[in-house]
Amino acid sequence: MIPSKEEWKRALNDRHGKELQDKLSSATVAICGLGGLGSNIAVSLTRAGIGKLILIDFDCVDITNLHRQQYKSDQIGMNKTEALSKNLKEISPYIDTQIHTVKITEDNAVSLLRDSDIICEAFDDAECKAMLTNTVLEMMPEKYLVAASGMAGLGSTNSVKTRKITSKFYLCGDETSDVNDGIGLVSSRVMLCAAHQAHTVLRILAGKFEP
Amino acid sequence: MVKVNGEQLDIAGKTIAEYLAETKYDPKRIAVERNGDIVFKAKYGETVLNDGDSIEIVSFVGGG
Repeated sequence: MIPSKEEWKRALNDRHGKELQDKLSSATVAICGLGGLGSNIAVSLTRAGIGKLILIDFDCVDITNLHRQQYKSDQIGMNKTEALSKNLKEISPYIDTQIHTVKITEDNAVSLLRDSDIICEAFDDAECKAMLTNTVLEMMPEKYLVAASGMAGLGSTNSVKTRKITSKFYLCGDETSDVNDGIGLVSSRVMLCAAHQAHTVLRILAGKFEP
Repeated sequence: MVKVNGEQLDIAGKTIAEYLAETKYDPKRIAVERNGDIVFKAKYGETVLNDGDSIEIVSFVGGG
């Protein structure tokens, strides 16, 4: 039996307090890339009661994604946007999702991200990460950007950090562990970095701006 | 002197593009912050580093 919207809201208010929950519920967060980082960020933010998520990815769920991404074996071949939106609504039926099954470029980023309060960079590719970071900071200086770099391998959890680079730009990760250097991505360390990003989003919304 | 990622370097007077050309940074993988603000990529060639500037070069690695 799925709880009513009012019951859901009351449960979140009980956990977070109404003042904070009102901030979370009225926020729109964009997640750029729905892989190991993005899908895990989305699950954390959904559980925290963020009002609306803008989910952007051009790719489909592949068998090689399932070791770290929040998809299920019967979703192989589905668009990640549709599969993740479905999974999030199973967790929290009243989350509002807006999906875009497109590749984000310098040309379409502004129109895709215009309605968001905070943007999470959650790409896999280093050049794409830099492209989105520069585009957001140059074209949308009013937005907060929470990006990630360096979470591959079996390095220590304690080397993953969140740093504030400018007043609106936060960077999570160890900043060195490249996916091509070793054994690739491991679920727990990617989730750890995604948790840094999701938690940074919640802290910004709560008015806590230091990492 | 110019502070680059926490290190004092004798590069005042150079442009950001000139400094980057002396380094191993891949220009396609970086974002550059100078005195708290992002430097537009199109301005690397005309942004001269001044004595006392502090810059941070964020160099992204792959994985996500």
